[in-house]
Amino acid sequence: MITAERKPLAEIIDSIDGCRRIVLAGCNECVTVCAAGGRKEVAMLASALQMDFMKRGKTLEIHEMTLERQCDPEYVEQLAPFIDQVDAVVSMACGCGVQEVVRRFKSKRVYPAVNTKFMGASERPGVWAERCHGCGNCLLGLTGGICPIARCSKRLMNGPCGGSSKGHCEISNDVDCVWQLIWDRMKELGIEARYEDVIMAKDWSTERGGGPRKIVREDLQ
Amino acid sequence: MYTESVLEKVMRAGHIGVTGECGPPRGAMPEVVKEKASLLKGYVDAVNVTDNQTAMVRMSSFAASMFLRQMDMHPVMQMVSRDRNRLAMQADIIGAYSHGINTMLCLSGDHMKFGDHPMATGVFDLDSVQAIQMVRKMRDEGKFQGGADIKNPPKMFIGAAANPFADPFELRVARLAKKVKAGADFIQTQCIFNVDKFELWMKGVRERGLHKEVFIMAGVTPMKSVGAARYMRNKVPGMDVPAELVDRMAKPPKEKQAQEGIDICVETIKRLLDIEGVSGIHIMAIEWESAVPEIVERSGLYPRPKL
Repeated sequence: MITAERKPLAEIIDSIDGCRRIVLAGCNECVTVCAAGGRKEVAMLASALQMDFMKRGKTLEIHEMTLERQCDPEYVEQLAPFIDQVDAVVSMACGCGVQEVVRRFKSKRVYPAVNTKFMGASERPGVWAERCHGCGNCLLGLTGGICPIARCSKRLMNGPCGGSSKGHCEISNDVDCVWQLIWDRMKELGIEARYEDVIMAKDWSTERGGGPRKIVREDLQ
Repeated sequence: MYTESVLEKVMRAGHIGVTGECGPPRGAMPEVVKEKASLLKGYVDAVNVTDNQTAMVRMSSFAASMFLRQMDMHPVMQMVSRDRNRLAMQADIIGAYSHGINTMLCLSGDHMKFGDHPMATGVFDLDSVQAIQMVRKMRDEGKFQGGADIKNPPKMFIGAAANPFADPFELRVARLAKKVKAGADFIQTQCIFNVDKFELWMKGVRERGLHKEVFIMAGVTPMKSVGAARYMRNKVPGMDVPAELVDRMAKPPKEKQAQEGIDICVETIKRLLDIEGVSGIHIMAIEWESAVPEIVERSGLYPRPKL
């Protein structure tokens, strides 16, 4: 999933301080799963904002909505009946959702209420960790199914640096050395010999090197 | 012989190679580079010039290496992949070679987190293995990494690092093998304090015959004080300083600890020189270049061969 964390309240307030009416739009997909921008978080942020405005003798009218998928034009359309009545949209979706709202409603101000973080998985309740960098050319087949691009601090493709210590990355004991994980997995699978195959310099043109990316499927157009 | 590198000539002739280290200053202070270099002159075959070591901005390795060339010394230009993409790396390699720099060391580099710019992005376009491949391809095939021909390709003597003390230990010989396969000509190891563990690693290296394919230079660092010893033991990832050495450094009074550090370093070198497959010694006397002449002389490595 795409993970996110809510922005500090002060930053959100700062962006909408001049507004009287807003739509606060959550998303029912990834940000709901990672408890950053679903229905529940929309309700919590709405009351926090209203309380803050009230304390300062101001009023803020909030229309709460949680769209099924904010990165999908079909669902973004549901904002249309309300958009003219508000000064701004505050989106609790990931950056993709925010920009879909912007694309549809060209003259409306839209502010993000979350910081979009990374593509990750839930390791245990309350903990999400990065798993995929979206490099556009998956090498998991070469590395025992564990990604060094996303999970090595230096995205080293050919083994652990000299800072790997007792399974930890040199930057922190809270970070696993991914090459320790890969090596353990290779041993588990009995494919240690594969470690010595040099993984060649990566073609980053499928990542950010090639500029903003797009998938075009003519069969679906 | 692949190159004009003096370090290559010394080791190919069967002599023990000796390298030192010069960390460039954090400011436009050419005199600091020259002073450090002059302390090493005549006592080492080549001098590693570090590249933004510990992720702190310093005078570039290329620029500092130039001062060494002007002093008729031989720099080992270090290059980390943390700060440059492959275009910038190749441009600097051509530039450096054009100025007579013919020896380099390919590293990934310390993480940004350790330095004074933790907010910087890490480039890591290539890893160290891929960087070695690139420099080798430039030299032996006369081609850029991207495949186009190079006019008058740079002929670098290619170095790489190895840390026998990092984990997982059982992978460390294989990691060396990978760097050799990628095209490394010489290896400089992490500072060795735990000689027993280094011997174990070298045994694995010899079992695979890797010491015959690459010159292995054993890294040493003289400890200046018990504080420095404790710091390296406890704080530096991938360093293995045995407790006995820390205790030994703690015994003499403060003003004699530096001498104890030099004694330990010389004893270590003597042990390392007895290990089959060790082709050189890399002395990293960090901010203590003045210790190098005594270490080299007492280790029986002086005078340096004239080649």
